[in-house]
Amino acid sequence: MYTEKVMDHFQNPRNVGEIENASGVGTVGNAKCGDIMRIYLDIDENQIIQDVKFKTFGCGAAVATSSMATELVKGKTIYEALKVTNKAVMEALDGLPPVKVHCSLLAEEAIHAALWDYAEKNGLQIEGLEKPKSDIHEDEEEESEEY
Amino acid sequence: MKKLVYLDNAATTKTAPEVVEAMLPYFTEYFGNPSSVYSFASQNKETITKQREIIAQALGASTNEIYFTAGGSEADNWALKATAECYKNKGNHIITTKIEHHAILHTCEYLEKEGFEVTYLDVDENGSVKMDDLRAAIRPTTILISIMFANNEIGTIEPIKEIGEVAKEHGILFHTDAVQAFGQVPISVDDCHIDMLSASGHKLNGPKGIGFLYIRKGVKIRSFVHGGAQERKRRAGTENVPGIVGMGAATQRAIHTMEERTAKEIELRDYLISRVLDEIPYTRLNGHPKKRLPNNANFSFRFIEGESLLIMLDMKGICASSGSACTSGSLDPSHVLLAIGLPHEIAHGSLRLTLSDETTKEDIDYVVDSLKEIVTNLRNMSPLYEDFVKKNQK
Repeated sequence: MYTEKVMDHFQNPRNVGEIENASGVGTVGNAKCGDIMRIYLDIDENQIIQDVKFKTFGCGAAVATSSMATELVKGKTIYEALKVTNKAVMEALDGLPPVKVHCSLLAEEAIHAALWDYAEKNGLQIEGLEKPKSDIHEDEEEESEEY
Repeated sequence: MKKLVYLDNAATTKTAPEVVEAMLPYFTEYFGNPSSVYSFASQNKETITKQREIIAQALGASTNEIYFTAGGSEADNWALKATAECYKNKGNHIITTKIEHHAILHTCEYLEKEGFEVTYLDVDENGSVKMDDLRAAIRPTTILISIMFANNEIGTIEPIKEIGEVAKEHGILFHTDAVQAFGQVPISVDDCHIDMLSASGHKLNGPKGIGFLYIRKGVKIRSFVHGGAQERKRRAGTENVPGIVGMGAATQRAIHTMEERTAKEIELRDYLISRVLDEIPYTRLNGHPKKRLPNNANFSFRFIEGESLLIMLDMKGICASSGSACTSGSLDPSHVLLAIGLPHEIAHGSLRLTLSDETTKEDIDYVVDSLKEIVTNLRNMSPLYEDFVKKNQK
């Protein structure tokens, strides 16, 4: 059901991990629906994304879109990164099954959320960037069960 | 060919070679229509009766109480819709559970639209029906109780005998979906006071497209398919003779090998369960720890998602299934896992492994070793796990 590119990015995801003291971190999605993406950006003084890492809880498509999205924004300016749409991520992966299109939206939102965090930390306003819609609230998602 | 470890026998099973062998002559040699007059064809009628006998014997039923269908879903549909129609003058209330197969649940939803009232019983954390809840749900208008013999996802075997007794005591018909249980555990329709029972061929090493509904003598439910005298006029259509022969052969095989086969499966299943729970942290077993199908193990691995897990297992040649939303095309994980009280995020990380008599200890070791590696990799990629680790460090 997945293209070769999706399978490749799922099996060998690029840029998995965390960045300590990242310039911006964005987390979107929620565990209830089965996918959460977190993107870390390291942005230099010229507003170029020097490094990017991600962590994702989700299906094969969610992991692959996160991986591809990080590849597409790496080395770009924040304005170029802002233009990386879900459509671009999907095209780069040679398409996704219709039921998985929302995964690519999540990747776009995760980048926007990380850029928003960067802008807030630096007191900047990035033209064209809106406040992310679905940041999860960690404290509200307390795990109730213990094993 | 790469290694293939098939642990999805609750989805379907390999048709046993002896079953295929029994079926083959009925395609090319004895292809006659059992309703024809000439002896070449009419001997197929006797063949069908023989298969009915085998199945009836397996259930402690009579030959003419077995009605062949195209499978388990048809049998479930028939039992529910025809009972509702025939007994609607007596009442309009049906009792079932929240963990039934969709062939039951969706049929109940359809009947609700037709004016019937349905009570969907909760189950406990092991997936067992609570007898007090069942008794409390009974109304003067209750015409049918339909509760599965064993659950297809978590493997829990329901207290069928107690349920049957309650149904009998109140004069209510009792149907059980035994698609997962038939051929796996001994069933006596008389001991359990079962009035109707659904089963399917391909779950017990028989062919796909064949099943049956047991209907106790005296239960007056109507024809499901009109248009002929087959199946005592209750289910018209030229008999699927090769399928019926396959169903009979598979039943014979399943009953004959049950004791030895299930003892072996239980041993391997328990070995699998103990290795997974001992060696992979933040994991739970879903379903009843003891009262479960011999070949079923169902786990939830926290912080990871089921579809990812399935794809990773597939890379290693391991076939399994999950109750994750991503495998169903909806946003909600399995209704069974939610009914036993799992939070959504934990239900998303579930895995069902169902063994067969061909499963070996080497297979189990390979699967557990693969799982350990895959779960670790997926957790290292999971923001939920990252948060959990950071919280514990504080």
